[in-house]
Amino acid sequence: MMRKLLGACVLGLSLSVQAAIETYQFDSPEQEARFRQLGYELRCPKCQNQAIGDSDAEISGDLRAEVYRMLKEGATDAEIKDFMVARYGRYVLYNPPLDQQTLVLWFGPAGLLVLGGILVVLRIRQSKKALEEGESQA
Amino acid sequence: MNRLMVWLPLGVFAILVGFFFKGLTLDPTEQPSALIGQPVPAFELTDLNTGQLLSRDMLPKEPFLLNVWASWCITCQVEHPYLTKLSEQMPVVGLNYKDTETAAKNWLQKLGDPYALQIFDPTGRLGLDLGVAGAPETFLVDANGVIQLRIQGEVNDRVFAQKNPADA
Repeated sequence: MMRKLLGACVLGLSLSVQAAIETYQFDSPEQEARFRQLGYELRCPKCQNQAIGDSDAEISGDLRAEVYRMLKEGATDAEIKDFMVARYGRYVLYNPPLDQQTLVLWFGPAGLLVLGGILVVLRIRQSKKALEEGESQA
Repeated sequence: MNRLMVWLPLGVFAILVGFFFKGLTLDPTEQPSALIGQPVPAFELTDLNTGQLLSRDMLPKEPFLLNVWASWCITCQVEHPYLTKLSEQMPVVGLNYKDTETAAKNWLQKLGDPYALQIFDPTGRLGLDLGVAGAPETFLVDANGVIQLRIQGEVNDRVFAQKNPADA
């Protein structure tokens, strides 16, 4: 009895999940792959940290539909991204292009690492020198 | 060199404090609009109340507020009295966003209709062109039809006083 009930519950759940899935028909597997890729690279403007391909927000659904429409009309990936940036700003790009505004974003972490490395090397050299001086005095 | 090393952690700490302090007053849900300084996007939609075809040229030729709302949006109800008050100072154009005609009309009947025009955008097409992430959002548009300001979320005294340029 319990098992049957549980089974019914699971079935009910899976049905409601099915209902939320959008069905898009693509011309080619390649087009579908581009749709998915763009879904990963475009960020949902309403959510803090979700891609539109991963978000249940209303606006993400709208943007997915827009990406789909543009793909069908033969737009390139760059055109679709430009379209989104023109409306939602660069916030929508999960993979920001390299330019003056994003220099720190791209090279900041590596720069800090190099700076830290230099400091460590200097420090080691210094203590080595101090040690050698101490030995020669002894 | 050694002296520098002694002060380095304090320097790093000070920088971090600076960032965190700034972070205290930042609202991460607030995005800068890509449309500031841009004209209102072109559109052809009907007026919810009159059924008349509206386009960009028919927007007010003076500074006005463009308020994105929907009957399903709770915050829109909260800000409605404030917008009604503001509508005495400048025209407020409504953009009824992803709504149904009946629900929107009922909502206006119940809460009052301070809007000069009511753009009916059931598909959210104009909303998308405006970079709207969700209702409510309010744009301040100048006399030349250029967007000067966007307010995401509720419009109230505090928000409006904070963001409203003194000359508007």
